[in-house]
Amino acid sequence: MEKWYLMTIVVLIGLTVRWTVSLNSYSGAGKPPMFGDYEAQRHWQEITFNLPVKQWYFNSSDNNLQYWGLDYPPLTAYHSLLCAYVAKFINPDWIALHTSRGYESQAHKLFMRTTVLIADLLIYIPAVVLYCCSLKDISTKKKIANALCILLYPGLILIDYGHFQNIYNSVSLGFALWGVLGVSCDWDLLGSLAFCLAINYKQMELYHSLPFFCFLLGKCFKKGLKGKGFVLLVKLACTVVASFVLCWLPFFTEREQTLQVLRRLFPVDRGLFEDKVANIWCSFNVFLKIRDILPRHIQLIMSFCFTFLSLLPACIKLTLQPSSKGFRLTLVSCALSFFLFSFQVHEKSILLVSLPVCLVLSEIPFMSTWFLLVSTFSLLPLLLKDELLMPSVVTTMAFFIACVTSFSIFEKTSEEELQLKSFSISVRKYLPCFTFLSRMIQYLFLISVITMVLLTLMTVTLDPPQKLPDLFSVLVCFVSCLNFLFFLVYFNIIIMWDSKSGRNQKKIS
Amino acid sequence: MALWQERSQSILGTQSASCGCRALKKRSGTGWGAQGTDNTGFRRPQLDCCVKNGCRAKTESVETKKQPSNGGVYTATSEWTLDYPPFFAWFEYILSHVAKYFDQEMLNVRNLNYSSSRTLLFQRFSVIFMDVLFVYAVHECCKCIDGKKVGKELTEKPKFILSVLLLWNFGLLIVDHIHFQYNGFLFGLMLLSIARLFQKRHMEGAFFFAVLLHFKHIYLYVAPAYGVYLLRSYCFTANKPDGSIRWNSFSFVRVISLGLVVFLVSALSLGPFLALNQLPQVFSRLFPFKRGLCHAYWAPNFWALYNALDKVLSVIGLKLKFLDPNNIPKASMTSGLVQQFQHTVLPSVTPLTTLICTLIAILPSIFCLWFKPQGPRGFLRCLTLCALSSFMFGWHVHEKAILLAILPMSLLSVQKAGDASIFLILTTTGHYSLFPLLFTAPELPIKILLMLLFTIYSISSLKTLFRKEKPLFNWMETFYLLGLGPLEVCCEFVFPFTSWKVKYPFLPLLLTSVYCAVGITYAWFKLYVSVLIDPPVGKTKKQ
Repeated sequence: MEKWYLMTIVVLIGLTVRWTVSLNSYSGAGKPPMFGDYEAQRHWQEITFNLPVKQWYFNSSDNNLQYWGLDYPPLTAYHSLLCAYVAKFINPDWIALHTSRGYESQAHKLFMRTTVLIADLLIYIPAVVLYCCSLKDISTKKKIANALCILLYPGLILIDYGHFQNIYNSVSLGFALWGVLGVSCDWDLLGSLAFCLAINYKQMELYHSLPFFCFLLGKCFKKGLKGKGFVLLVKLACTVVASFVLCWLPFFTEREQTLQVLRRLFPVDRGLFEDKVANIWCSFNVFLKIRDILPRHIQLIMSFCFTFLSLLPACIKLTLQPSSKGFRLTLVSCALSFFLFSFQVHEKSILLVSLPVCLVLSEIPFMSTWFLLVSTFSLLPLLLKDELLMPSVVTTMAFFIACVTSFSIFEKTSEEELQLKSFSISVRKYLPCFTFLSRMIQYLFLISVITMVLLTLMTVTLDPPQKLPDLFSVLVCFVSCLNFLFFLVYFNIIIMWDSKSGRNQKKIS
Repeated sequence: MALWQERSQSILGTQSASCGCRALKKRSGTGWGAQGTDNTGFRRPQLDCCVKNGCRAKTESVETKKQPSNGGVYTATSEWTLDYPPFFAWFEYILSHVAKYFDQEMLNVRNLNYSSSRTLLFQRFSVIFMDVLFVYAVHECCKCIDGKKVGKELTEKPKFILSVLLLWNFGLLIVDHIHFQYNGFLFGLMLLSIARLFQKRHMEGAFFFAVLLHFKHIYLYVAPAYGVYLLRSYCFTANKPDGSIRWNSFSFVRVISLGLVVFLVSALSLGPFLALNQLPQVFSRLFPFKRGLCHAYWAPNFWALYNALDKVLSVIGLKLKFLDPNNIPKASMTSGLVQQFQHTVLPSVTPLTTLICTLIAILPSIFCLWFKPQGPRGFLRCLTLCALSSFMFGWHVHEKAILLAILPMSLLSVQKAGDASIFLILTTTGHYSLFPLLFTAPELPIKILLMLLFTIYSISSLKTLFRKEKPLFNWMETFYLLGLGPLEVCCEFVFPFTSWKVKYPFLPLLLTSVYCAVGITYAWFKLYVSVLIDPPVGKTKKQ
């Protein structure tokens, strides 16, 4: 590639931003007794290093599960173990059993931040660069600009490098991205392997699993279930089973072990939602306290039904007409429905939606940028708690400027470029006056941005009234939730009308 | 196209500002204080200087407000008193009026080592805000670049490259936004005055430069270039056909108006102190000759090479028993702790020697400017040479002074391939020599990443710009520049784990400054040669 140096510069910019953000404070800094996610990650290193594998997920005198017990799949635990070995080499105090609880120092912070950077550098960033290079039909310049925007996406940077989530998002998302890359380049086996690794690193990657499943199944159908398709299906099944078995090997020895890990991974008893999340249940909670009215198993069934119904159409569509673009769009809509409707959602899970949105950035720049801005905004209460206001504002502005200049998004708001052409044509058959769609979307964007800015300003400057101490964070969640609902509808419309337009174009040509 | 240019610049500006913001956040993040964990002997003064001269000295300066103007530069409350010319004091005075809205405590004269997150925020934002002037100056400079080689793409245009080279300048970024100084707007003034000279608005240029001199007197280094250029090309209105001077074209009006401008600015600045009879005090603060020849960390100039040679000779002498170990001053062996570096073998250097050396080094370039004037470009080359020569031979030069040569040189680099290659050697080594300014572990990745960013961009963009001409570097230069990588690895990653760390703590800094001194001397020499053998303007026109 003749522009290799520009790509290098883009990667370097991404790294610089990441490292500068990492110099800020992290979650739970100096807040005993529980500290925060940072301490959780350190604690896991302590547990995995000092205890035998069999005790990792069990409550014992050495492993108090109430204090940041391990609740992620085995791959996370192995990663912690690896980090622990390095930590042991540098300073054994960092991972000493019991005595190291709540350990904080500049050097240790540096170490933890470096582990994130290295994981990012090895998994996520190469995936992004390769993905952008593999894009078709766009110029080298656009590819590089695309890489810049994806790497500058503030949500991921702020959560991984500022907040310091106890799980390295860049690793799980990076594996998922490798999966997308593999599947869309027709290296199906590699893709599914990478995606299995992602699931085994973070169970929330299951949000993405249905589109993967449907897309691969659709591919098999396309090749004919009696011939090549069947072979592919068997191969894929073998890959998935083998990679799962490999990851879970130490826990398959006893039945109780496996069950305990699963119980830790899916904590059904933790309730419909925790804290403030920008999903339906939390927003609905403002009007009606569902958690207290309905029994838990009904909540579970209800959330399952809603999730299932909302993602069903897109998945069926993908299975019947598998295409690379449809696959990415379905990833978005599935992850978004999971985020909005499913049980026990974290506010940070929005990153799982943002990743596929980043992948469609070059195709629908206007809407993607808008969505990514909203997703960052929905994290505001969390970031404020960690004193990350300044980095959030600066990185968001940098990201916005990068998007505006590299895609000139404001000039791409016609129906054609919003991929809404076929939809509006079919609506116009019944409603001939339906011509204001693109203008409406522009106004909506303006309103949404203005509310976000105003709410941010209010949260930062005003004190909430005494009676409603959470007023602003609830408002933030509510506004983001409305936005997300709109996006869910939008992406589903695109998916549903997408292939029709494709067919129409074919007919025309 | 102009619109594009403007836009890209504004964006770059914002980004550089946001970069500053990040530096700012970073400070508050790492809890910056004098907790130097690894201040070895060689480093210590450097560290103190960095910490105090950085934020504290400025806090101190903001305190000017509390003191009546007659005591502005006079007190001895602390060791970090104002040692800048009066305009800077006024600037700090204005800042202090804004500062009181942030944090009252900051302005207390007795509060010497005061620091709080709000103070930090205020200080950092003031730097970013003042950079607006720098951005404007860069915009003006870009207008002066002749756009003959207009490429198809925006990123390949000389103007775009120049604006990135100036706005993203690694040295300026770390010195201003991480280390903390107000260089941005001062360089803004300098670039603005250069731009005005390019636009033939000589009076404005002279005015800006006079103002600049009264902000920071380090710019006296380049004053000869200004003086001679204005005299030769502005006061003499015509040349003979062969390019030599026509004496009868001398314009008295122009000289007097120039003099008036400079005089008025100086009167405004120094007048109040003259009236209060404090001028000697001001000057004694401005020109402290009590400090040593070199900083604790030797700036990579001629004297660094001289010191290193002295050291090598003394070691050889001891080995071969030419020297008596008892006669050697102890300090010279531990190095760094003592500001006064005593030479053992070679003769010691006095301020007068450095002054004479500097003058001798500057003279040829001045003659060149006088006898074969080449318009503003010749002036710019002379200015760069003045700055570089003073850097090479000056007394107690700080490594940051290299920026004085690097920034004007950026303007030259996008116009001619030969200048571009000199510029690249100069910037890369000069910037690398700034590395010891940032020495804590969290800053290590930042400085390496930013340096890589700037270096890769400058080299590759200038290579694409001049791809039709011969390659920018010969094998020797390539080898030298690539050598910086292993040097950094040795100094920062390998050396701390070796046993030499205790025995010779100063070794990495010594290696850095000597290695960089070689490159900078080479660049200086090459630039001088190219200026001297360049054909005068008359001949170029014939060609």
